[in-house]
Amino acid sequence: MDPSEPPLLTRATRASHRTLLDAASLGGPDEATAVVWVATAAEPRIVTRRELRDEVHRHAAALAALGLGPRDLVVIAHGQELDALYSFWGALALGAVPSMFPTLTEKLDPGIYMSQVALLVEHSGVRAVLTSDAMAGPLSARLRCPVHSSSDLDRARRKAGGSPPSARDADPSEVAFLQHSSGTTGLQKGVALSHTAVLNQLASYADALRLREDDVVVSWLPLYHDMGLVAGFLMPLVQGLPLVLMSPFDWVAHPALLLRAIHEHGGTLCWLPNFAYNHCARRVRARDVEGVSLGRMRAFVNCSEPVRDESHQAFLARFAAHGLRPDQLAVSYAIAENVFAVTQTTPGEPPRVDAVDRQALEKDRIARPVDAGAPGALLSVSCGPPITGAAVRVLDEAGTPLGERAVGELAVRSDSMLTGYHRRPDLDAAALREGWYLTGDMGYLAHGEVYVVGRKKDLIINGGRNLYPQDIEAIVNTVAGVHAGRAVAFGVPDAREGTELLAVVAEVDEDARAHDAIGHAIREAVLERAGVAATWVRLVDSRWLIKTSSGKIARAANREKWLADRAAGAS
Amino acid sequence: MDAHDVRETLRTFITKELMRDPAYVLGDQEKIITGGLVDSFSLAELAVFVESAFGVYIPDPELTVAEMDTLDQIVARVLRGS
Repeated sequence: MDPSEPPLLTRATRASHRTLLDAASLGGPDEATAVVWVATAAEPRIVTRRELRDEVHRHAAALAALGLGPRDLVVIAHGQELDALYSFWGALALGAVPSMFPTLTEKLDPGIYMSQVALLVEHSGVRAVLTSDAMAGPLSARLRCPVHSSSDLDRARRKAGGSPPSARDADPSEVAFLQHSSGTTGLQKGVALSHTAVLNQLASYADALRLREDDVVVSWLPLYHDMGLVAGFLMPLVQGLPLVLMSPFDWVAHPALLLRAIHEHGGTLCWLPNFAYNHCARRVRARDVEGVSLGRMRAFVNCSEPVRDESHQAFLARFAAHGLRPDQLAVSYAIAENVFAVTQTTPGEPPRVDAVDRQALEKDRIARPVDAGAPGALLSVSCGPPITGAAVRVLDEAGTPLGERAVGELAVRSDSMLTGYHRRPDLDAAALREGWYLTGDMGYLAHGEVYVVGRKKDLIINGGRNLYPQDIEAIVNTVAGVHAGRAVAFGVPDAREGTELLAVVAEVDEDARAHDAIGHAIREAVLERAGVAATWVRLVDSRWLIKTSSGKIARAANREKWLADRAAGAS
Repeated sequence: MDAHDVRETLRTFITKELMRDPAYVLGDQEKIITGGLVDSFSLAELAVFVESAFGVYIPDPELTVAEMDTLDQIVARVLRGS
């Protein structure tokens, strides 16, 4: 270890960090690697700490020259690229409050994307949007706040000249940044996180991971998602660990890119949503990973969607010949409202797999242990114990804490909790009860470890990404031919993909069901406006959908009906 | 396998395995990815299938949405070989 290198941020060293600007990657040694950008058919681009620091200062100076200052909310609407990283830290250095906006994909309609940025600007009081040169023109025509391209930042800085503004010494209790999830609903829930909360999280998480100075983080995760933002961006930079980063779109089309990056750059830690284990196991071609060794990895951390033991087993079987071992599998339960991790299994030990009686779990809401081979056994994978500074409770519907192995809603209390939802005090009141955050996830505790078994909220998690069914339904309802307000969207767990796939049911006139035009229009609309493919689109007559007594579409009941029809071969 | 067989093998694979809708009538120029018929996992799945069914390895740089969005495009690429 370099003598000029500060120690890792842990609970023991927590007092040495005041704000995120104490990030080790923004300090010496100059020639150490901060970020490695990898892409298909391109040489890796290595960013040293000196370059990172210079770029952050340049971006901070440019933002100051453009009239931005402390506490201004700055939205970063770049693709997954180095400029997004520099802009984020540049805004932090200025004392502004950055938020990473979901990236425009080749599937999303650019017009829809820009209207979503406009929505955030309206709702959240955004002072400026930073984006690429290509997007800046069309975006600025639609927004009420200034839009600055990468070239604008360059020009502003050159014009201002002189030395960059000194980093602002922020109050650690101030909000450092906002974290949004995508979609109409997600964009209205900006999770506001303070420097203190983020640093507490990173210190505790370092202890849970037994973080080492020679760790290397490899990530394809999008930077706007809590897992990508914290584990795949902020954590390595604050800790001074090299971050090997790639585009999610590049990775999903070329999954071997991740494994080659691990091999070539000495990766030791990698966070993945459950579907990624299936994707790699099923779709990495032999010749794309010839000679690749995963032996140096310390942990593949499964996080941000329900963990399936069969996904782990498929991944192990596929890559055992590349040095993959069960003790390299790890699991974390994380929520954006807690910055990131609530729990973490111990690296170096395979996660516990708890065989429980499926019927008792569903009917009696109790996780009764059974033999793993018993008929009706459900294999529940542990998310590990809460990290230091966090506590987890299981609550019944009245909010009363339940005992060991009883299934209820998971509630979290910690020293890394959100300050609040940005400009949404109504949401704060609903989510927090006497300091405990109600997660909407269902689970149980056994031997001090957390098991997640379901969800109370109507949320679809597709490929690690949160989709709100009401957003999808609103899109489907705009399609000509769909009866107004007569559509339902839900997730269907899929064993092959290891994630939930999207199903849509829409009521249409009887003669319209005979041809595919409406089905096509629904698929296109959902893809262009939500960026997700609907795997199943079913058109039904006006008596099919089940309504609640108040006349609303009952999602859970319609999902059950659709699943029953599918099992009977009708769907 | 002739061009017709390649085309029909791919058509069946796309509707049955990628779309999970074997009854779907897929057109030769229909946009399967940008049209929302299949999800983002599909390019990689298609690459694995093409290698196992036809012995054709398509390198990663050629596996892009722009080049593999229709049945016509995919058939043409397979017929060019590795």
